[in-house]
Amino acid sequence: MDSILQAFMLVLDIKVLGVMLASALFGLFVGSIPGLTATMAAALLIPFTFFMEPVPAIAAIVTTVAMAIFAGDIPGALLRIPGTPASAAYCDEAYAMTRKGQAETALGVSLVCSAIGGILGSAVLAMTAPVLAEFAIKFSSFEYFWLACLGLSCAVVVSSGSTLKGFVSLLIGLFIATIGIDVTAGHPRFTFGSVEMMGGISFIPAMIGMFAISEVMRYVAAPGSQQAAPQQPIRNVFKGIGSILSRYKLNVARGGVIGAVVGILPGAGADIAAWIAFAMSKRFSREPEKFGTGHVEGLVDAGTANNAGVAGAWIPALVFGIPGDSITAIVIGVLYMKGMNPGPTVFMNQPELINAVFIVFFLANLALIPLGFLAIRLSRRILYVPRKVLIPIILMFCVVGSFAINNTVFGISVMLVMGVLAYVMESNGFPVAPTILGIVLGTMLESNFMSSMIKADGEFSGFFSRPIAATLGVIVILIWIIPLVRLLVKLVRKPQTA
Amino acid sequence: MQLNDAVTGLVLVIFALAEIAYSSTFPALHGQAYGPSLFPILIGCGLLACGLMLIARGLRERRSAGAENAPWLRWGDWAQDPAMRINMMLIPGSLIAYILLSDFIGFIPLCIVLLSLLLYRLGSSLGASVLYAVVVTIVLQLLFSRVLLVPLPGGITSALFR
Repeated sequence: MDSILQAFMLVLDIKVLGVMLASALFGLFVGSIPGLTATMAAALLIPFTFFMEPVPAIAAIVTTVAMAIFAGDIPGALLRIPGTPASAAYCDEAYAMTRKGQAETALGVSLVCSAIGGILGSAVLAMTAPVLAEFAIKFSSFEYFWLACLGLSCAVVVSSGSTLKGFVSLLIGLFIATIGIDVTAGHPRFTFGSVEMMGGISFIPAMIGMFAISEVMRYVAAPGSQQAAPQQPIRNVFKGIGSILSRYKLNVARGGVIGAVVGILPGAGADIAAWIAFAMSKRFSREPEKFGTGHVEGLVDAGTANNAGVAGAWIPALVFGIPGDSITAIVIGVLYMKGMNPGPTVFMNQPELINAVFIVFFLANLALIPLGFLAIRLSRRILYVPRKVLIPIILMFCVVGSFAINNTVFGISVMLVMGVLAYVMESNGFPVAPTILGIVLGTMLESNFMSSMIKADGEFSGFFSRPIAATLGVIVILIWIIPLVRLLVKLVRKPQTA
Repeated sequence: MQLNDAVTGLVLVIFALAEIAYSSTFPALHGQAYGPSLFPILIGCGLLACGLMLIARGLRERRSAGAENAPWLRWGDWAQDPAMRINMMLIPGSLIAYILLSDFIGFIPLCIVLLSLLLYRLGSSLGASVLYAVVVTIVLQLLFSRVLLVPLPGGITSALFR
């Protein structure tokens, strides 16, 4: 109880609340501008969080992301361009509603469902994370090795597009993680005599490069024209929301559960949660024929799911240090910077910090209703902000931001290389998320493998000698074997059908 | 920029072979079967296998009907237009310029020049570009240098701002 009180004291501080308000406005702005994603918002924030205490730093990221994921719905509904990938699943449906003159309802449902989804996800986070942490406190390097494997496998399996390309992307990430002084023997790897490389590829400039620079390049390669928002009066977005929600209360609950569960899976975040929830909604709907004509049901499901997914992704991140999506990958980097190394020990030693994270989650999602309403009212102005002006400014922010982490231009070089890499990868259908998970989990994977090997005296059987480790190991092996078996079956059957 | 999978695969194979060759020169740990070379070599083998599979896939794609003369490499639409080609090169170009020159020239003048150039090239008018560039540079300087205490390079102008 004491720690909860302490947590409230930490959060209900004028400075923290101020940071949350500023981040909320920033998140709403970035989210509602097409092409600027929630992950990019988080990446641009890190240089600032670098100079903050742990609680305001986390509060800034949580608030920004919650707001940005909702704000992505605004241009989705008004212009049929999703503001963030998480709104892509139902942007056609929302736009169809706007064309029927129901823009108010579409935006209102998005807003209220986003807030409910965020609160549901936060509740799942607050209830499951401490329980898992109590369980995880008994884990040794064997279990952590398998957990890291599990995280990486999930990243490949659930990533969008081809599994082979997802795997390549993962290996690139793992390779980047090996650069620098090696964890066990202290031998410099791939540093080519550079002292700066010895510390490894600094994570934050790499993130800024992969999410912001690649986005800048994509804009420059295909600027596109900026559409004007339709002239439809948007006044009372909350009209009629109550009856819609009571009619689709099961959808809200289902969206929340799907979002939280998908969020927990490493590599899958809010965007995949929204796609799955939307597909489920259509599948189990009593009126599936109405989908595509501007039907509100899918919006309820998917709008709830993407915000629930944001919170769900924090569960593995806080408990095991395994990111649930690319945003929590950034969060883990920030947590390490703040000396709040994610893992079960943080739950035992600093429960007030963990409780503060939960409180921040609830607060941010509650604040979504009034602030989101404000953003909807201002949406026409925000959508008019010229991107040709924003893009160069973002580029310079990235430069200063990645310089600020270590105060050397080496950070800018890392950002440039990773930005170009991410741009080339994405234009060739290689998903970027597995690379980031590889970078985050590579060191964890290797150091746990090495210390396990030393403990087990070089015996591989050590990895199956403890019950939990053995279970996790079997799950990982199954994840890898099942697709291989399927592939073989397909190969064997193919000649007969051809 | 779109590459045929076979080209990507070939790049990966060459990279993987070089990486494996280099990694195998890492010293082993005393009394341990596995040393710092284990993970890089495993990663290299993985990349090698994936590279080979991508080559096979790319070649198969080309052999399918109608794709015999598909290009190995396709630069996107931006490469057709000279203005956009310059813009595209300006992004890495301005970053490289910043990396090389910032210590010497200093943050304020360099940021103003690079920002004006980028804003102008992306379609703002010359006057507006310079105005925005100056305002943004001042905001960045105040925010990072004064509030966050980041030592942005002063360069030749450092005497002016002390």
